Amino acid sequence: METRVNDFVVKFANVNGSGSASANGLFARSILRMGVPVAARNIFPSNIQGLPTWYEVRITEAGWRGRRGGVDFAVAMNPQTWDKDVAEIDSGGYLFFDSTRPLPPSKFRTDVTPLGVPLTELCNAQYTDARQRQLFKNIIYLGALSAFFAIDPGEIERLLAEQYRGKEALLEPNRRALELGRAYVLDHFDCPLPLRVERRDRVGTRIFVDGNSAAALGAVYGGATVAAWYPITPSSSLAEGFARWCRKLRTDPASGKRRYAIVQAEDELASIGMVIGAAWNGARAFTATSGPGISLMQEFLGLAYFAEIPAVLFDVQRGSPSTGMPTRTQQADLLACAYASHGDTRHVLLFPEDPRECFELGALAFDVADRLQTPVFVMMDLDIGMQDWLTEPFAWDDAHRMDRGKVMTAEELEAGRDFGRYLDVDGDGIPYRTWPGTHPTRGSFFTRGTTKDRYARYTEDGTAYIDNVQRLVRKLDGARAWLPKPEITSAAERTDAGIVWFGSTGAAMAEALAELTRQGIHLDRMRIRAFPFHDSVAEFVAAHRHVFVVEQNRDAQLRMLLVNECGIDPARIVSVLHYDGTPITERFITREISEQAELLGIGTGERAAGGRRPPIRRAS
Amino acid sequence: MTYLAKPKLHHPGLPQNVLGLTRRDYEGAISTLCAGCGHDSISAALIQACFELGIAPHRVAKLSGIGCSSKTPTYFLGNSHGFNSVHGRMPSVLTGAALANRDLIYIGVSGDGDSASIGLGQFAHALRRGVDMVYIVENNGVYGLTKGQFSATADKGSRSKRGAVNSDEPIDLVLLALALGASFVARSFSGDKAQLVPLLKAALRHRGAAFLDVVSPCVAFNNHPGSTKSYDYVREHNEAVNRLDFMPERDPITVDFEPGNTRDVVLHDGGTLKLHKLDDDYDPSDRVRAMAYLESHRAAGEVVTGLLYLDPGAHDLHAALETIEAPLNAQGDAELVPGSAALDAINASLR
Repeated sequence: METRVNDFVVKFANVNGSGSASANGLFARSILRMGVPVAARNIFPSNIQGLPTWYEVRITEAGWRGRRGGVDFAVAMNPQTWDKDVAEIDSGGYLFFDSTRPLPPSKFRTDVTPLGVPLTELCNAQYTDARQRQLFKNIIYLGALSAFFAIDPGEIERLLAEQYRGKEALLEPNRRALELGRAYVLDHFDCPLPLRVERRDRVGTRIFVDGNSAAALGAVYGGATVAAWYPITPSSSLAEGFARWCRKLRTDPASGKRRYAIVQAEDELASIGMVIGAAWNGARAFTATSGPGISLMQEFLGLAYFAEIPAVLFDVQRGSPSTGMPTRTQQADLLACAYASHGDTRHVLLFPEDPRECFELGALAFDVADRLQTPVFVMMDLDIGMQDWLTEPFAWDDAHRMDRGKVMTAEELEAGRDFGRYLDVDGDGIPYRTWPGTHPTRGSFFTRGTTKDRYARYTEDGTAYIDNVQRLVRKLDGARAWLPKPEITSAAERTDAGIVWFGSTGAAMAEALAELTRQGIHLDRMRIRAFPFHDSVAEFVAAHRHVFVVEQNRDAQLRMLLVNECGIDPARIVSVLHYDGTPITERFITREISEQAELLGIGTGERAAGGRRPPIRRAS
Repeated sequence: MTYLAKPKLHHPGLPQNVLGLTRRDYEGAISTLCAGCGHDSISAALIQACFELGIAPHRVAKLSGIGCSSKTPTYFLGNSHGFNSVHGRMPSVLTGAALANRDLIYIGVSGDGDSASIGLGQFAHALRRGVDMVYIVENNGVYGLTKGQFSATADKGSRSKRGAVNSDEPIDLVLLALALGASFVARSFSGDKAQLVPLLKAALRHRGAAFLDVVSPCVAFNNHPGSTKSYDYVREHNEAVNRLDFMPERDPITVDFEPGNTRDVVLHDGGTLKLHKLDDDYDPSDRVRAMAYLESHRAAGEVVTGLLYLDPGAHDLHAALETIEAPLNAQGDAELVPGSAALDAINASLR
C-alpha cells in the first residue's frame, strides 16, 4: 500500500458494555492533540450489554466531517461480527485482531494484511481480575495502534493524566497497559504502517463535543431554569448534560442551592405539561425528547400554540416511525413538528448543523419562544446529538440580554395600560402577556385551549375565532423575517442548478460539493436554518431550473414543506434521500447527484434529453 | 358566558379581612353550571376559606383540567390567573408552574373523570413528588358535560340515570393519595360547608401535596335513587371522623370543642389546627391504620369524611430539588447566564 498520511478510516468492532468507548475516545482525541482533524462516530445497538457496537474514526487532514464510507483498518474485537467486519475492509487494508487463539485461514482475506496481537494472552499474564482484564485489554490495543500509526504516546499519556486527575492510583496501571501493547507491536512488526499520523496544525481552536452536551449548555446560556424530560434515546444525554452543566454553572455560591429545577417526569405528556406550566408562570423551560415523545406531546403542543405559551423542545430525531431504529439517525420528524397537534397549527423549527449550532440555536430558541409566545423545536438528530464532532468553539456575546418578549409589568398595569391577553396592539400579531401574581387587581386572565376573544374571554363566536387564528398566522409569518436566515453560497461557476440541505447532512455535504465541483457539476447552495422559511428560500428555488433537496428521511419532508409553504412547482425539486439509519455519506451524495445531473443535463450545458426521471428518488 | 360581570356594588357594612378586602373581592364570574350543582358550593367554600385566611387573591394560581369541575376556577378568585389546561393533565401544568414561582399558592381543581380516568397517572405522580398545592377533586361519579356516563369513581352496582348498572370496581382517590404519599388527605361533602371550609383553610396553609376528595353531587345526571353520589345518599352515609378548626398564628386560640377530645396540630407556618375527634378510633397521623379504617368503612357503604391524614412536617418538591429560596422566574441574566469567560474555560476543556 502506498503511504497515506492523515487520511484513512479506522473502524473498531466491539461488544457493547466492554468498556471500549473510553479507549476508542482516547484514540480519536490523541490524533486531535497531534493537530490532525478526525470525524468519529459510534454505531451502537439498543442494548446495555452484549450486542455489537462499532466506532469509526476518519482521520482527515482536510477536516471533512462526514463519514467517507469504506474502511482501511479494522480493529476486529468482536467475534460475532467478524465476517461482516472483515468483508467491509477496502482492498489493500489491514485487519487487526486478537491472535491468542488461532483462526483458520478461511477467516482472512488475501487482499487484506492481518495484524495479529495476542491481546488476551498479554492481558491475562498481567492482570488477574476479570473486569480489569477486559478494561485493560482495550488500553493494550490502544497502545498497539499507537505504534502502528505513529501516534505520539505522550499525547495519550497526557489525556490519561487529565482523565485520572485526582484518581492517580488508576493512572499507572493504564500507562502500563498502554506500554504493553505498544512494546509488543514495536517488537513484532515493521512500524509505522503506510497508514500513519503525522503532526500538523489543522485543528486550531476547534473543540470536540457532542451536540446533546452543546444544546444543554445552550439551554443554560439561554436562561432555562426548568427542565422536564422523560428518558428516551437519543435525547437522554441532553437532559443529563443540562444537569451536569447546571451543577457547575448554576449553583448559588452563597447558599449552595440550585438556580434551576429538573424533573424526570412520568412520561412525555407530563414533561411538556410541566414545561408549559413553568413557561406560563414566567420561567424559561424546555424538554428534550425524540420522535415517540413528540407523538405523545401533540395535544399539549396544540394548547401551547393556541393559548400562546412559550416552550422549547429539543427533538433529537432517530429512526422512525413507531419505535423504529432507536439508536440510528434520521431527519424524519419535520412534518410531525412543523404541524404538530390537531387543527390548523404551525410551529417554529430551528435546524442546527453541528454541536456549535446546537449551542447557539439552543440558546436562541428561548428568546424566540418568549418573543413569539409559542413552542420552538430545535431539530437535532442522533448523529449530531450523540456523536462527538470537531466543531468551532462556542461563542457568547456578553452584551446579549434575554429577550423575554412582551410581558406587561405591574407598573404598566398600575399606570392604566390596556391589557388584552390576545389583543394585537403593535400590529405584529404578538399580544402582551402577564405572569401570574403581577398585580392585585389588573392583568389577571384565564388561559384556556378553548376559543376566546381579544380579552381572553371564552367565546364560540365565529368572527372572534377567525380574528384570533388569523392573528396567529400573522404572528408566525412575521417571524420569518428575523428567524435564522438560510446560508446561501454561489457555485464557483454560473449554474442553473441548486442544492438545499439542513442539519447534520452538512457534515457530508461540504466534501460532496468539493467532489462534484471537481467533476464539473456546479451547484448554488442553500442550507436552511429555520422554519417558517425566510423569503430567500423560495427565491433561491425560483432562481434555479433544478434544485436538489438532500435529506435523511423516506418521504422528502423538507421538500413537502417547501412545496406546501412556498407554492413551489414540485417538478423543480429533485430529492436525494438517505434513510437507512446511518448518517449520509459524501460518497452517497456525490453518486446520487452526479447520476441525476447527467440525466438532467446539469453541468454539461444541455437540457435534459427525453423523459425526466421521477422527482423523488429513493435511496437503495 | 363567563364574561358576564357581577355587579360591583359593595355594601359598606360588608366585613373585611386582614387585607381590608371583602368576601366579594374573592368572587369570580357567574357560574354557568346547573342550578344546585355541588361544584358551586365548593367554589363558595374556596372563596370563604381564602377570604378568611386573608390570602391576596392575585398570589393564587388556579389550574384545572377539562370537565365541569375544571370550569369552576372561573367562578372564584377573579383576580387570580387561571389555567384551564388539557384533560387529565392539570397536575403536570401545576407542577411546572409551582417550579417557576414557589411564592404563589397553587390550587388545582379537577374532577373524577379528569383525575381518576384520563389523568390517573398525573394525579399519582404529582402527589408522590410532593408538589406544594391544594389538589381538589370535585367527585360526582359521572361525566356531566358528555351527559351521564359513569366515571371511574362510580361505585360498583350503582345505577346511572338511564338505569345502567356499573360493573367496574371504583377507584378510591383518597386511598390512592394515602398510598402515594400525599402529606395532607381529606374527604368532604359539598353539602357540608362547616366541614369543608376549615379543611380548605388547613390545606391552603399546609406545605406539600394536599389532596381533598369532595363528593359533589351532579344534579343533572347523578342525583337519583341508586346513585351513591347523590345528596340523599351522602347525607345518609356520611361518617365524619373529626371536625377541625383552623387558627392562623396571630389569632387568639378559642376552643369550641369538648376538652379531652381535641388535639392541636401546629403547621409549618405556625398556624394551628384544632382537631376534634368524632370517632375515638381514628388517628389521622397514622397512615397505615387510616387506610385500613377507610377500606373497612368503604366496604360497609359509608362515606368517611374529615381530615384523614396529615404529616405537618412534610417537605415539598422544592426542598427535594434544593432550589433557591427566590422564585426561579425572577432570576435574570446575571444569575442565569454564565458569560463568555466561563465559556472559554469550557471550550478549553473540550480540546
